[in-house]
Amino acid sequence: MINIQKIRADFPILSQKVNGKSLVYFDNAATSQKPQVVIDAEANYYKEINANIHRGVHTLSQLATDAYERSRLKIQQHINAKFSHEVLFTSGTTHGINLVANGFSSFLKPGDEVMVSALEHHSNIVPWQMLCEKTGAKLVVIPMNEIGELILSEYERLLSEKTKIVTVNHISNALGTINPIKLMINKAHKVGAAVLIDGAQAVPHLKPDVQELNCDFYVFSGHKICGPTGTGILYGKEEWLNKLPPYQGGGEMIATVTFEKTTYAELPHKFEAGTPNIAGGIVLGTAIDYLNEIGFENIAAYEHELLEYGTKQLLEIEGLKIYGTSSQKTSVISFTVEGIHPYDIGTIIDKLGIAVRTGHHCAQPIMDFYQIPGTLRASFAFYNTKEEIDALVVAIKKAQQMLT
Amino acid sequence: MTIKEIQTEIVDEFSMFDDWMQRYEYIIELGKTLPLIDEKFKTEENIIKGCQSKVWLQGEENNGKIAFTADSDAILTKGIIAILIRAFSNQKPSDILEANTDFIDEIGLKEHLSPTRANGLVSMIKQIKMYALAFEAKN
Repeated sequence: MINIQKIRADFPILSQKVNGKSLVYFDNAATSQKPQVVIDAEANYYKEINANIHRGVHTLSQLATDAYERSRLKIQQHINAKFSHEVLFTSGTTHGINLVANGFSSFLKPGDEVMVSALEHHSNIVPWQMLCEKTGAKLVVIPMNEIGELILSEYERLLSEKTKIVTVNHISNALGTINPIKLMINKAHKVGAAVLIDGAQAVPHLKPDVQELNCDFYVFSGHKICGPTGTGILYGKEEWLNKLPPYQGGGEMIATVTFEKTTYAELPHKFEAGTPNIAGGIVLGTAIDYLNEIGFENIAAYEHELLEYGTKQLLEIEGLKIYGTSSQKTSVISFTVEGIHPYDIGTIIDKLGIAVRTGHHCAQPIMDFYQIPGTLRASFAFYNTKEEIDALVVAIKKAQQMLT
Repeated sequence: MTIKEIQTEIVDEFSMFDDWMQRYEYIIELGKTLPLIDEKFKTEENIIKGCQSKVWLQGEENNGKIAFTADSDAILTKGIIAILIRAFSNQKPSDILEANTDFIDEIGLKEHLSPTRANGLVSMIKQIKMYALAFEAKN
C-alpha cells in the first residue's frame, strides 16, 4: 500500500506553486522529482566525505571509495547482476548505449545487421546508425502495429545469422508499451545475436532481473528513478565487457602506462576513465534504497490504478485520442485532442500549473507512423494522485474551450 | 505607421487585459487576422526551424518594402507570428533591421522570448530580419 500523504511530503518540489497554481507534475517519463533523502545525501557527500576515489590512501578518499563501491553493490543486488564488476557507472542511458555501440564497431563487418525497434527513443537509434555508417552494417527495424506493440512475427522473420545485436527498449517512452523482452532476448540468442535493453523507462516502474532476462546489456538513467541527473548504469555480462574495447582512455582505466604500451584495468574500471560523478553514483544508491523501501510492487499497483483512472477520465473528453493502447503498458498516456495542436494545449495547461510533455518525445519515427506532429504525454509517478488527474482533465477542457 | 508606432499600438491593446487568459484569448483572435501564406509557399525551406509547431514564413518585396505572409498549424503560434507580422510587414528593410522587439516583453509574452522556448519566437524574429537583410543586400 502507498501512503500518498507521507510520500508527497518527501518531495519538496511538489508543494511548489507554478504560475500561481499548485504544481501538477506529469512529466515523470522525462525526469522524476527528488525526495529530501536524495537531496540531503548529495549535500552530505560534499559536506562530509568529498575526495577523489580509488587512489588516495587518506581517510576521506577511503570513505568516498567505500561509499561509491557500496552503491555499486546495491545496484548489483537491485538488478540481480551476477558480479558487481558487471555494473558500470555512466552518465546516463545515452552514454551506456554509445559505449556499447562504439565497442561493437570492432566486431561488425559489411553485410552484418543491427536490429532496432520502431518504438525506440532517438538515443537508441542514432548511435546504431552511426555504428552502421562506420562499419557498413545494415540497420534493420522491427515494425510496430497500430496499438503500439512490436510485431513479433516480423521480428522472428527479420532475425538471422546476420543479426549481430538487437537493441530494444524495455518500455517505450512515447507510448508506455511494455515489450516482451524476455521472449525477444531468447529468440535473438538463438541466432547468436547479442541484446541490449534500454531500460530507461522501465526502472521507475519495476525491478529488472538481468539474470532472469538473460540480456547481454541493460542500460538506464539515475535521474528517472529519483536519483541525480548525470548518473546511469550500464550492466553488461562479464564475457561481453571483457570482449569490448575501452570507450574512453584516461586515468582510472589503466593498469600500467608507458609510452610504448598501456594495459587496461580490470572490470569495471576499464570503462570508467577519469574522475566519475562520485556524489551522483553514491546518491543513486540512496535513491534506489528509497524506492525499495516503498516497494516496487506497491509502486506498480498504485501507478496502474492511476493509469486506469487517467485513461478513463481523459477519454471522457470529446475528441481525445490515446496513442499506445496495448494491454501491457505503464503509467504513460500519450494523446491528442482533435483539431488542436498539442503545443497549444501544452502552453495553456502550463499556465494552469500542469507540466506535461508535448511534441515528438524524441521518437519521431513513432509520430511518423501515426502521421501526427506529436502528442501530449502525461506520465504518472507513485507520488501523483487522482485529484491531480482531475485537475489535468479540467485544464484540458479549459484549453479546448479557448482553442476551438 | 512606423514599426515603433505599431508596436505601441499593440502594447496599448494588450494593456486592457488583467490576466494571462484574456491575453492568450486575444493572441488567438489576432491569429485570425494573419495574412496567410500562399499554399504553394508552404515548402520545407519556408519552415522556421526551432518551433515545436510548424511555422511557414514568406517575404516579398513591394515598392521597397517587405510584405510578409505566414501560417502555423498551432493556434497560439499563429497569433504570435500575426503580432510580429503586424509590426514588421510593409516596412522598409532598413527599418526592420533597426527595430527592437522589446514590445513582446511589454505585452506579457516575455517567457516566449527565451531562446530555448519551443515556440521559436526568437527564430521567427531572426527569420524576419534575415529577409530584411537579404532584400537590403540585393538593393
